[in-house]
Amino acid sequence: MDQAPPAIALVALEKRFGNLHVLRGIDLAIAHGEVVCLIGPSGSGKSTLLRCVNRLEQPTGGRILINGENICAPDCDLDRVRTKIGMVFQQFNLFPHLCVLDNLTIAQCKVLKRSPAIAERKARAVLARVDLLEKIHEYPSRLSGGQQQRVAIARALAMDPEMMLFDEATSALDPELIGEVLDVIRSLAEDGMTMLVVTHEMGFARRVADQVVFMDGGLIVEQGHPDSVLGNPQHERTQRFLRRMSAR
Amino acid sequence: MTLTRRRRAELIRYAIYAATLALVTWAVAATDWTRLRESFLDGDIFLRLFPDILVRAARNTLIFTFLGFTGGLALGLLLALMRLSPVRPYRWAAALYIEVFRGLPALITIVLIGFVLPIALHVRVPGTYGPGSLALAIVTGAYLAETIRAGIEAVPRGQMEAARSLGMSHGRAMVSIVIPQAFRVILPPLTNELVLLLKDTSLLFVLGTTDQTIELTKFGRDAVSDTFNGTPLIAVALVYLVITLPLTRAVAWLERRQKQAVR
Repeated sequence: MDQAPPAIALVALEKRFGNLHVLRGIDLAIAHGEVVCLIGPSGSGKSTLLRCVNRLEQPTGGRILINGENICAPDCDLDRVRTKIGMVFQQFNLFPHLCVLDNLTIAQCKVLKRSPAIAERKARAVLARVDLLEKIHEYPSRLSGGQQQRVAIARALAMDPEMMLFDEATSALDPELIGEVLDVIRSLAEDGMTMLVVTHEMGFARRVADQVVFMDGGLIVEQGHPDSVLGNPQHERTQRFLRRMSAR
Repeated sequence: MTLTRRRRAELIRYAIYAATLALVTWAVAATDWTRLRESFLDGDIFLRLFPDILVRAARNTLIFTFLGFTGGLALGLLLALMRLSPVRPYRWAAALYIEVFRGLPALITIVLIGFVLPIALHVRVPGTYGPGSLALAIVTGAYLAETIRAGIEAVPRGQMEAARSLGMSHGRAMVSIVIPQAFRVILPPLTNELVLLLKDTSLLFVLGTTDQTIELTKFGRDAVSDTFNGTPLIAVALVYLVITLPLTRAVAWLERRQKQAVR
């Protein structure tokens, strides 16, 4: 019997920057609807891994399969694949010259060829979902960090992605603004969105993740259910990392 | 006796005011107003310049400036993108072009386009304004290329990444996301370039002017030799300022407005 391929599968993924060996052979499968939190010390390669999934970084070895399709193949239409993978950045990266509405509609119109009316309807729907409908005509510079990040999430959602990547989405935020962004991500998880989340929020990972992956030195050291990886880590490196995190 | 620092700064300021006032007073007193008025401020000659100075000379200056700048902008953008291209020969070709035409005096480039090109290649640039505008566009393009490249590089890398992550192609992301932001950054140097170009139109006289292509400076010089009087030059100077001052003011206003909207 045929089994549906996983949403994201990484096979022996490697990435070198010159002499620097950032990813040393990563194997990871993420099922449809699964939420995977990627944790680890800075420099462990978790952001690079995430950026490889939609090929913002070019892997130097291995394969990336999205719904079973090898997106490292030379004939792969990357732009089409990327419309299915929403991405949220640490620095928000909203388009500062466009108001919130245009931030949400430009790719819908230019890439998905939606009509302006349909794109606007979609924009309003996703903005309501992140509770920012009243900011629809504001420019990003007029919003708080938390609001900007929620708009960035809405911008990704407006493309109707099948999966979402979060690259330390709350690391650039003031502590009191982190909660509002995590709430949005959690609500997406509850709706069954497939997600790969690089985060330093251990409490969030524990509550939301189906699987926690601990990386160090370009390798996956330990992975599994959050209660086991975060609650009862087997590896010394995981234990040390978690001790440091809780001591903060 | 010691002075406080503030008191000393005050005294220096007063000394500068006094010296400036003295200089201006001396200049006004020493000026031979009668001769100046005769040679440069002759009301009759001034009035006789109109309407030609506006409907022909200023109009042609503006047309050359507009065509030269539009062409230069397109050329500059193309060269900037070539400079940033991963394809090495593109980068080299653009760098060579920029170095050559930035290094040459505009006058020489104008002569090259106007006279050397037709003789060497039997190509004559068509149109009344064609040769002059093309020469100006070629010079302006070389200058603008570096400005535009700097503007594109000033846009954070995350902007391109965000656009690509939404499925935009590199070209689409450039056109819709990066270049609009780059032009905001480079608006002040762009205005500067426009004003320089406006003044460089005065070099087009080397192409030989007809009634159709005469621009402000040439018009003024011709009028000076017709009347044996300097008044036309003053008139021409005023017209240049009437064009450039509103222009730079308008851009300053645009800049202020943008600063309020963005960032």
